[in-house]
Amino acid sequence: MVAAARGTPGAVASAAAPSAGAQDTALVVARGLVKRFGQFTAVGGIDFEIVPGECFGFLGPNGAGKTSTMRMISCMSPASGGTLRVLGMDPATDGPRIRARLGLVPQEDSLDLELTVLDNLILYARYFDIPKAEARRRAASLLELAQLSERARDKVESLSGGMKRRLTIARALVSQPDLLILDEPTTGLDPQARHLLWDRLYRLKQEGVTLLVTTHYMEEAEQLCDRLVIMDHGRFAAHGTPLELIGRYSTREVVELRFATPREQADALALGETAQRMEVLPDRILLYTADGDAVLAEVHRRGYAPVSELVRRSTLEDVFLRLTGRRLVD
Amino acid sequence: MSTTPAGDTTRGTTSGTTLRITPAALLGSRRAVHMVERNVYVYRRSWIFLVSGFFEPFFYLLSIGIGMSSLVGPLRVGAETVAYPVFVAPGLLASSAMNGALFDSTFNLFHKLKFAHTYDAVLSTPLTVADVVAGEMGWSLLRSGLYALSFMCAMAALGDARTSWAALCYPEALLVAFAFSAVGMATTTYLRGWRDFEMVMLAIVPMFLFSATFYPLSVYPGWLQAVVRLTPLYQGVALLRGTDLGSFQWAMAGHAAYLAILGLVGLAATRARLGRLLLP
Repeated sequence: MVAAARGTPGAVASAAAPSAGAQDTALVVARGLVKRFGQFTAVGGIDFEIVPGECFGFLGPNGAGKTSTMRMISCMSPASGGTLRVLGMDPATDGPRIRARLGLVPQEDSLDLELTVLDNLILYARYFDIPKAEARRRAASLLELAQLSERARDKVESLSGGMKRRLTIARALVSQPDLLILDEPTTGLDPQARHLLWDRLYRLKQEGVTLLVTTHYMEEAEQLCDRLVIMDHGRFAAHGTPLELIGRYSTREVVELRFATPREQADALALGETAQRMEVLPDRILLYTADGDAVLAEVHRRGYAPVSELVRRSTLEDVFLRLTGRRLVD
Repeated sequence: MSTTPAGDTTRGTTSGTTLRITPAALLGSRRAVHMVERNVYVYRRSWIFLVSGFFEPFFYLLSIGIGMSSLVGPLRVGAETVAYPVFVAPGLLASSAMNGALFDSTFNLFHKLKFAHTYDAVLSTPLTVADVVAGEMGWSLLRSGLYALSFMCAMAALGDARTSWAALCYPEALLVAFAFSAVGMATTTYLRGWRDFEMVMLAIVPMFLFSATFYPLSVYPGWLQAVVRLTPLYQGVALLRGTDLGSFQWAMAGHAAYLAILGLVGLAATRARLGRLLLP
């Protein structure tokens, strides 16, 4: 767990930056940030700061307001209320200057389908006024990084989903941004492509690039993010380092029990007293506890015989589901 | 990597000013050039589509000019009597400028806007909506300029250019293209699907056929003349025909002003609409 290494002390009261005086150096500062679309409030007043070099995660179910927040930070959507400073400037008036220093990986690939892989990178660099020779040089080295050098002359249309995603990330890096904003970078990718991408992002972070990531892959957030917020209905439900959040909203371990029949499961509900918290799902019971083995031993001592039993460490996913509920969000 | 500001690449931007709609801002910043560059990149690999537009005017001039002139005798324009090809050529130049401009600003823009999402990526760079509009207009004019030039070469070769004033038809054809490109883009921002293009064609085809391109306005009854005079294509045809024949009238200044204003209003509307569509 990467986050633990950087660990910020204690629980934070808001998603403010960990160190004092960080406001002066923060790349993004939001205070009471609001986004409304007509009657609908997508973002309902949030405060956060993103400091140089960190990886900051926005987690949340669909429609939580993550993308709206990303679009406001990238100066592609005006805020409806509150204040927002990006790189010390105001998105409402300094859009072009701010965007000159941002790298954006949107949720939906927006590659230029009429151009080749190489031309996509070169042209994008040109949008940033990067001279042609330099654009070519950067494009070549980024294609290498994205493992797409062999496809340089191919049309973008012929690439697989994972390749397109890698190209989009390479494109976002062509301007050597101070802040890289990734909106669900791994959604829709197969596990191989996803791990390759995580690897790349982790390397970028080590190089000192500040990352802002939205995701609903908890594993991704746990591995990459130094700090994160969990968003729900346009507000922050929780914030902190991954470890802090697990410590605060979950237990160290979870025991998952599956029973043969609903009646057996109903009988087993008495097990709730053996754990700190119990969650009953249609097909299984989750027991949250500091010591999973001890709870499992107690389950057996009481004579229950689940068809399957699993003791695992608590993850960010447990925190996420607890805070945002298990209902389906569309 | 992150600590080096990309300052050297961001010099000289117009920041706050581009958010206000002023005539200067309508032109976008110098970054608009990159939007033109994009189209050059695209057509570099499919230049054949550009060339096809190059030959179109020859076909028009040959089929209508030469073909029809054997059926239609000389025509009286004002005090002059001119051969039919001479009469029809400037009208065709105006219509060809209109068609070229509309094709780019309607079908092509709609595709980029709704399906290719070309501008979503562009707007995540320092370029602004004003730059996008200015850049696309710039490209459209470049392309129209190329076609108008080939048309005028054809006119000259076929002896349809009456006076040396005809050279002035070139900037005038660009003015026609400018006006239609702007109106076309503004209209396209309101279209919901390909079906709506039927409505667009419903406006274009009658205008093309009835705007005194193929015969003088005098063949119509008075009320219809008045209606036709209001259409932008008639303004363009009258402007170009007058110039080609070297018979200048004050009304032509009015035609030019009509087209220029139409273009500027269209540009402003396009900017406002695209801002709302692309940066909600």
